[in-house]
Amino acid sequence: MIKVEGLRKSFRGQQVLRGVDLEVPTGSITVIIGRSGGGKSVFLKHLIGLLRPDSGRLEVAGVDLSRLSGRALDEVRKRYGVVFQGGALFDSMTCRENVAFPLREKLRLPAPEIDKRVDMALERVGLAGIGAKYPEEVSGGMRKRVAMARALVTEPEIVFFDEPTTGLDPVLVNAIHRLIRELHRASRFTAVIVSHEIPEIFEIADRVGMLHEGRIVEIGPPEVIQNSKNPIVQQFIRGEPDPQA
Amino acid sequence: MIDAPASPALRPFEALGRWTIFLVESLGQFGGFLGQALGALLTPPFKLWPLLGRINYIGFRSLLIIILTGGFTGMVLGLQIFFTLSRFGSEAFLGPAVALSLIRELGPVLAALMVTGRAGSALTAELGIMRITEQIDALTVMALSPMRYLVAPSILAGLITFPMMTALFDVVGIFGGYLVGVELLGLSEGTYFGEMQTFVDMADIMTGFWKSVSFGIIVTWVCTYKGFHVAHGAEGVARATTQAVVLSSVLILVWDYFLGTILP
Ligand SMILES: Nc1ncnc2c1ncn2[C@@H]1O[C@H](COP(=O)(O)OP(=O)(O)O)[C@@H](O)[C@H]1O
Ligand SMILES: [Mg+2]
Repeated sequence: MIKVEGLRKSFRGQQVLRGVDLEVPTGSITVIIGRSGGGKSVFLKHLIGLLRPDSGRLEVAGVDLSRLSGRALDEVRKRYGVVFQGGALFDSMTCRENVAFPLREKLRLPAPEIDKRVDMALERVGLAGIGAKYPEEVSGGMRKRVAMARALVTEPEIVFFDEPTTGLDPVLVNAIHRLIRELHRASRFTAVIVSHEIPEIFEIADRVGMLHEGRIVEIGPPEVIQNSKNPIVQQFIRGEPDPQA
Repeated sequence: MIDAPASPALRPFEALGRWTIFLVESLGQFGGFLGQALGALLTPPFKLWPLLGRINYIGFRSLLIIILTGGFTGMVLGLQIFFTLSRFGSEAFLGPAVALSLIRELGPVLAALMVTGRAGSALTAELGIMRITEQIDALTVMALSPMRYLVAPSILAGLITFPMMTALFDVVGIFGGYLVGVELLGLSEGTYFGEMQTFVDMADIMTGFWKSVSFGIIVTWVCTYKGFHVAHGAEGVARATTQAVVLSSVLILVWDYFLGTILP
């Protein structure tokens, strides 16, 4: 379980997070929605320990992440899988080497075992046989799926997705969502997904939270959020123009 | 943080103070970066492949430019020093004059400047792109140290390749001086190389060696640091690359003067 309390973060005077509270139950899929530039990626980077909060608590499986560093932080990270916004594939390696990399360097598995797991991971995301290509030689959708294979190949307990479908066509968006749901059914990881795909993302979410002006303004099951009385939430999920903008 | 604005009379001092704090913090960060890289270098397990890759990237791929610039530098030296010496009737000293200028000064400095332009800029751009595309973050969240995978091998490769590149630059340069002095201007081969052996001793070679070793660290340190700390997208990468090349070049010359005053 992930538990965040009163998380605050500013960059050179610009307050990005102004007291985020959030609980992510183990094994659930929690989706964070919110305006572009609203601090969703910044929030995710706190959860994976890439940024340190100015104040607040960040609890993962009972330990306060904001107090950890070095080895201790790495120990927590070993349970993580992260799918970055742009995929963040290593462009000096082929897709296959990218997926094999954490197995080789992080888990130090023997080569035959790595081969077996990489084949399985690529097949699960529907990319068997694409391995020899470099990331820049495959399409955006394929890159995202390779990134997912790389994040999941180590069988993490917690997986973070930062906008896994941004920039993809509607058919691919649904394909990726279905893929996330299947992978989740198979391995039961805890998932935190930042997404813009409304309403498609509601189909796979257990809970949806809206991040607005540095706080989670509402959180609940997708049906509740869709019928929310909160004007900010309503306006956002209907895609209405913002009176403030 | 709540700061009361300073009175107008104090503002220059406030600015100066801020600037000083910023400078000290940056220097601390810069030094800490090298410390971390060295720490990563000294912790096992040691990996040979990344190091060989970096040696290829920084050293091997700079060979052509080193040979080219080394050759022409030697030829220019041969020509200029020959005409200067001939005014005093002491052309016989062309060999040692060319060799000493190359071994003590021009070899280490010019080789370092050339490698900075060729490989240092590429190093900054490569790391900068990895930073803005979150590849460095990806390594970090895999609990794998980017220092160890990306920075440390480059610095060690700089340490190893710079002296070799400098030696090559010197040898090719001396040969360039030979081409002009002996083949073109008619000095005897025996004089060119014979006097060289008399006048160049081990201390000169060691001076050049220590210079090249320290340039190797300076260039890879500055260039990886700048790339590692890129922010603000593609424009940031471009800016960091320029800064890395300028800062490396300036530091090479300043450090060269400093070493010149303390080394024999
Ligand atoms: N490292 C950083 N330094 C300074 N400002 C940052 C940094 N990271 C993000 N920001 C700022 O924080 C705000 C939120 O960004 P982000 O979390 O990327 O938004 P999004 O919700 O679209 O993911 C933006 O205004 C961005 O400029
Ligand atoms: Mg984002």
